[in-house]
Amino acid sequence: MLNIEHSIEGEVSVLQVTGEIDASSSIFLDEEVGKALEKGAKIAVDLSNLEYISSAGLGVFMSYISDLEAKKMTMVLFGMKEKVFQVFQILGLDQLLTIVDTKEEAIKSANDL
Amino acid sequence: MTYRLKISCTKDRLKEIRQFVSDILTKHRFPEAESNKVILAVDEVCANLIIHSNHCNPSETLQLSIEYDASRIVFEILDHGEGFNLSQYKEPSMDELIKSKRKGGVGLLLVKRIMDDIQFIQRSGKNVCRLVKNLS
Repeated sequence: MLNIEHSIEGEVSVLQVTGEIDASSSIFLDEEVGKALEKGAKIAVDLSNLEYISSAGLGVFMSYISDLEAKKMTMVLFGMKEKVFQVFQILGLDQLLTIVDTKEEAIKSANDL
Repeated sequence: MTYRLKISCTKDRLKEIRQFVSDILTKHRFPEAESNKVILAVDEVCANLIIHSNHCNPSETLQLSIEYDASRIVFEILDHGEGFNLSQYKEPSMDELIKSKRKGGVGLLLVKRIMDDIQFIQRSGKNVCRLVKNLS
């Protein structure tokens, strides 16, 4: 239902998320994002194969926003399908998180922030 | 047309609920761009009822009915768990949620933004959450 794979691009940890994030699977996303941020300060999350996200998934990304600012870490989300992006837009999270279209933009943005 | 689904109160059944709603919206040619939001709203309510009202107890059930007519879709979700009082619900501010690092709390906010009407009522000893989406 939800699969998350890791890779490294220079200083940036890339998490590739495949499947659906709901109340039953959001804990896995939280664990993987938490582990990746413990290992390095820069992560990019590939959501191009994410088919669905509910508030439980939004809540995971929201919960890291204050730590990112306080600890000078970066998290960039990229590749979202339109229907997934719309869910971030409903609550204005597209303005509070760094969201870009491509992996190249995400790596550049993670390194620049 | 009325459609019905009954499921046990476990989180792993949420996908089945989403698929059920999706199939009905597709059958009635509901606009694809909007269908994910409607599916999301039903999923959010069911997740709240499963987790908070029924504490993921698999011996409890949710009954979802969907009434689809020319002017609107009415979703009703019945359960026997702890009732919810919408009038006591205070919309959380995004700033406060972010500062608190909470990983939840925005589900009902999404439902209110997506649906045209939302009510939590009691009927014959059951809790009923009624969601209405008008068709324009």
